[in-house]
Amino acid sequence: MRITQGTFSFLPELTDKEIQAQIQYALNQGWSCSVEYTDDPHPRNSYWEMFGHPMFDLKDAAGIMMEVNNCRKTFPNHYVKINAFDSTRAIESIRLSFIVNRPKDEPGYKLVRQEAGGRTVRYTTVPYSADKPAGKRY
Amino acid sequence: MNRTESTQITDAKKRYAAGVLKYKQMGYWQPDYEPKDTDVICVFRITPQEGVDADEAAAAVAGESSTATWTVVWTDRLTACDTYRAKAYRVDPVPNTGAGTQTEQQYFAYIAYDYVLFEEGSIANMTASLIGNVFGFKPLKALRLEDIRVPVAYIKTFKGPATGIIVERERLDKYGRPLLGATVKPKLGLSGRNYGRVVYEALTGGLDFTKDDENINSQPFMHWRDRFLFCMEAVNKAQASSGEVKGHYLNVTAGTMEDMYERAELAKELGSNIVMIDLIVGWTTIQSMSNWARKNDMILHLHRAGHGTYTRQKTHGISFRVIAKWLRLAGVDHMHAGTAVGKLEGDPATVQGYYNVCREAYNKQDLPRGIFFDQDWADLRAVMPVASGGIHAGQMHQLLDLFGDEVVLQFGGGTIGHPAGIQAGATANRVALEAMVKARNEGRHIIEEGPEILAAAARWCTPLQQALDIWKDVTFNYASTDTSDFVPTATASA
Repeated sequence: MRITQGTFSFLPELTDKEIQAQIQYALNQGWSCSVEYTDDPHPRNSYWEMFGHPMFDLKDAAGIMMEVNNCRKTFPNHYVKINAFDSTRAIESIRLSFIVNRPKDEPGYKLVRQEAGGRTVRYTTVPYSADKPAGKRY
Repeated sequence: MNRTESTQITDAKKRYAAGVLKYKQMGYWQPDYEPKDTDVICVFRITPQEGVDADEAAAAVAGESSTATWTVVWTDRLTACDTYRAKAYRVDPVPNTGAGTQTEQQYFAYIAYDYVLFEEGSIANMTASLIGNVFGFKPLKALRLEDIRVPVAYIKTFKGPATGIIVERERLDKYGRPLLGATVKPKLGLSGRNYGRVVYEALTGGLDFTKDDENINSQPFMHWRDRFLFCMEAVNKAQASSGEVKGHYLNVTAGTMEDMYERAELAKELGSNIVMIDLIVGWTTIQSMSNWARKNDMILHLHRAGHGTYTRQKTHGISFRVIAKWLRLAGVDHMHAGTAVGKLEGDPATVQGYYNVCREAYNKQDLPRGIFFDQDWADLRAVMPVASGGIHAGQMHQLLDLFGDEVVLQFGGGTIGHPAGIQAGATANRVALEAMVKARNEGRHIIEEGPEILAAAARWCTPLQQALDIWKDVTFNYASTDTSDFVPTATASA
């Protein structure tokens, strides 16, 4: 199972050169890049761990690529993503976000159905890996 | 037409003597009036009846959309009537109409309304004045409200979109590309179980959203509760199969407000992140549902069913850009705003104008796109425009070039009609989209290289190849009925 969060998950894995081109695009728009990682890929997990602060002052795509690679080296079997942040008034949010590293094996999600009143079902999505403690999931 | 003479009768005794006066004698034509920052300003396209001069026609529109009645009434003198009167202050002939053209003479009449005329936070009240009696007024052959400037002071009385583009993306965790949707087809006749099948296949194949159609409410073949229950099974199953947040616009349009709230409550209870209404429910219902959506963390999708009855013809009705402004104030999160390249009416520049109304923090005057006024949105949240109707993966480069990232692209037939099935159709659309966004970000010229970029992706994505093969020649190139009156003038290059 391939998790398809992020802007380019339906494409073949981006090469380092392709990743760097996207970083360059973000920098050209005046956005700041940050790197985040997690081993909890629940679709509503808003807070992946930050691999350092957003790099507000780093305007060099190669420099950001080094951080990406540091993160990938430190967490080779986690999900890693790059976010590009736009601080323009009335946006002040992420403008681009894509996965650049995945665990070797992605077991996916269990759908838990709790049968409730009438024909109502309450649904819960649980990553199969979430049964294990953080850091020991993949 | 730079007339400066005021025709107003200033002697109060003459002005208020019983009888009938021309509107411009009553004070509705004031060519030297300078609109205030707090005025609502409208520009109307007017086609006067034979023998009615343009100033008088404009004054009549100002009168009939504010205080006037057909005869003089002394009771005006009990009020500060000068402020309540709308003021026509400028009349321009419409380019390419009148003598020497195929079209009879039309005028753009600019009319200012003091903000005291309008109830705070009420589109119903604003529209009752601006498009009330005046549209049936006999001295005019035709009348069209082309654009409106809403002052910041009045905008701040509206809450605007319940969610807005930014928060919607944060809830969905989807950034950097248009969102993808599809309307379930056939729109009528599927049972709840079969309907949910289409939802599941489309979402699990790669779409972000699926959608009820405007006339799917609660008919004998599928009652609303059945639809909601099966659709939420499909949404949750697709979420688990992809790891992404998915949604289905559950249409809560119904015969009464109470029924609509009941349906919306079930949608919430079942965990839906979005509900849908149709434009034909009316302004009061739209504002009520926006309040409900805000209170219940729900995205509010609006299908503009019915708008073509009054927006499409150029001489009479209301431009959709005005409807779009009212909808942003009324507080919807999504609105159908045209595709330009699909099956439904819309010239590309005019449609881009609607998109700008939905999305920009400040609209600059942009006559080629039909935007007559600067409009400061005073930090009101932005609406996600929806492009829906007769579009397919082979047009991805055109769609991305025309509309950018902040749009929902809805491929109904273009997903469900795929020869290898609904999942394959959804995958083809998602791959085409991501490949095009990636190429654009890499600096490639997508309008020129679009077909090549799609062909390259199709070499490793069979569903995309199949989509391109089957729909490659489908276009809807018909002349638009609603186009801009202003052509961009070429400036000499230095």
